[in-house]
Amino acid sequence: MAEEKVDSADYWKANVRLIMGCLAVWAFVSYGLAILLRPLVAFVPIGGTDLGFWFAQQGSILTFIALIFFYAWKMNKLDQKFGLEE
Amino acid sequence: MSQFAINLLFVGASFALYIGIAVWARAGSTKDFYVAGGGVHPITNGMATAADWMSAASFISMAGLLAAGGYANSSFLMGWTGGYVILAMLLAPYLRKFGKFTVPDFIGDRFYSTTARTVAVACLIIASVTYVIGQMTGAGVAFSRFLEVSNTWGIWIAATIVFLYAVFGGMKGITYTQVAQYVVLIIAYTIPAVFIAFQLTGNPIPMFGMFSTHTESGMPLLEKLSEVLVELGFQDYAADVDNKLNMVLFTLSLMVGTAGLPHVIIRFFTVPKVADARWSAGWALVFIALLYLTAPAVASMARLNLLTTVYPDTAGQVENYEEALANPILYEDRPDWFRTWEETGLITFEDKNDDGRIQYYNDRNEDFAETAAERGWEGSELSVNNDILVLANPEIANLPPWVIGLIAAGGIAAALSTAAGLLLAISSAISHDLIKKTINPNISEKGEMLAARISMAGAILLATYLGLNPPGFAAQVVALAFGIAGASLFPALMMGIFSKRVNDKGAIAGMLAGLISTLLYIFTYLGWFFFSGTNMLPNEPESWFLGISPLSFGAVGAMINFAVAFAVSNMTEEPPQEIQELVESVRYPKGAGGAVDH
Repeated sequence: MAEEKVDSADYWKANVRLIMGCLAVWAFVSYGLAILLRPLVAFVPIGGTDLGFWFAQQGSILTFIALIFFYAWKMNKLDQKFGLEE
Repeated sequence: MSQFAINLLFVGASFALYIGIAVWARAGSTKDFYVAGGGVHPITNGMATAADWMSAASFISMAGLLAAGGYANSSFLMGWTGGYVILAMLLAPYLRKFGKFTVPDFIGDRFYSTTARTVAVACLIIASVTYVIGQMTGAGVAFSRFLEVSNTWGIWIAATIVFLYAVFGGMKGITYTQVAQYVVLIIAYTIPAVFIAFQLTGNPIPMFGMFSTHTESGMPLLEKLSEVLVELGFQDYAADVDNKLNMVLFTLSLMVGTAGLPHVIIRFFTVPKVADARWSAGWALVFIALLYLTAPAVASMARLNLLTTVYPDTAGQVENYEEALANPILYEDRPDWFRTWEETGLITFEDKNDDGRIQYYNDRNEDFAETAAERGWEGSELSVNNDILVLANPEIANLPPWVIGLIAAGGIAAALSTAAGLLLAISSAISHDLIKKTINPNISEKGEMLAARISMAGAILLATYLGLNPPGFAAQVVALAFGIAGASLFPALMMGIFSKRVNDKGAIAGMLAGLISTLLYIFTYLGWFFFSGTNMLPNEPESWFLGISPLSFGAVGAMINFAVAFAVSNMTEEPPQEIQELVESVRYPKGAGGAVDH
């Protein structure tokens, strides 16, 4: 019983760590590359415009999709590792 | 066959499909009615969520917004998709594990307070009702434009169809009609986009075509577009914004608003397992992205198309823009689609300098006024409604009449699917949270079911009434819906999962602080309860506090909510032991339970 408690606390910590990692990427592509850092990456040309514009209208959405699937996949593995899968 | 008959055929066939689904998917229990029995496949739910989420505004207006604003309006794209990342990681799986029927259900139980539940119901109803008005008027517009019925009749027809499948089928009927509606709307959106991309760039995939070479001029499409725009006094399409703080906050407001909108959250209560809720959010975003990645391409291409229609000499390689712009199209020679849409008033022409030609440029740009005067222009003679870019796309691209019929069915599908989802969120909050959980806990299953159906019928009547008599401020209230969802519901839900320390008093104080601060900020600039003339400060960037627009304040309201909730909780007692156990239990997927509909 006591052991299980420790396990599930680790599970939650691992989940929170994973979320923070994913949200860092989430913020970096949208608020970072697409908005605040856009002038800094403007030297990278993409089809008639710059990298920041591409991230604002395409890249961030594609990254968001990848992030959710990555998170779902990692959490499934975590569920299994801690024996918490349904 | 006339265009009218084709439109009627497409819309009629789609309605027959929705009604067929309604008959097949009748709700037998409250679980069916609220969460479609809880056995919806994650991909199916992803598709239904996409239709639930993408409203008439996404379908008809978003491309126009992007075309008009260029880079500056990218916030809509990032905000309305990025919300799914926080929904997938911070809310959906845990609320699914909690396993109840509504959003106020979680807030009421987690903060062990009827007051908290009631505040949540109030926030939910304000946000959803304001949102549903736009859907009803959108459906009315789509009907009147394509089926030649009056706006009023259009709204009544829409209400009747939603009534049929929402009252009898509840979430179960709504789920499967939303899947059908998604298929209709995505096909309708994509086909004209593919043709336009192919015509302009030779690349049939819009999201790639947008960044490739414009065939006629040999220049990259976006560079060509910006070049022509600048010559006409408009802003460069990719121009950066000066007020980055506001852009960041606006994007963040749309994201937390998206994640906090109850009609989206409850879709994730319909999947069998916690893991399914995570996958399902990913699939939802895939299906949404099919439209959202195409929309910016439609926007840029349709804008360029419009400019080169008005100034045919600018289409190819241009050495001298002075000459190329000297011969705009003669009004007599305007293309057929122009004539068709003139009748609707969405595109209008006024020959200000009496030369029989159409001059279209940015006459509000003071730096450009001199150039315009030298060219003998006396004001822009064309006004184009943003919505026309999607609606007239098939005609501009010379596509066959059945594509136009498809657009009609698609626009109506987008409006109906979102309206139904919102109506379910409203009616379940009333029948489940107010009647079952607050007023009459002893109500039987059958009684609650009846209450749910009556609430649904009532909500539809209210939405119809508001659609027929829209308050003058209908356009602004959508900002209110996002502001309220983001500033009140989202933080309460997130703290309920990620903090064991936040208690009833903290949550209530936080929700009220977020709600009231957001309302006050919006009312200050847009008028008290949106009555024009009652605003205390002009709604202009110069007078915004720190340059924050009223539409961007939701994110600030959310921060106020978090801060107040933590402060008040830390000054008062810890939540009781059983609540801490409840928080523990939503964090771990095992034993999510709930009857799985095999």
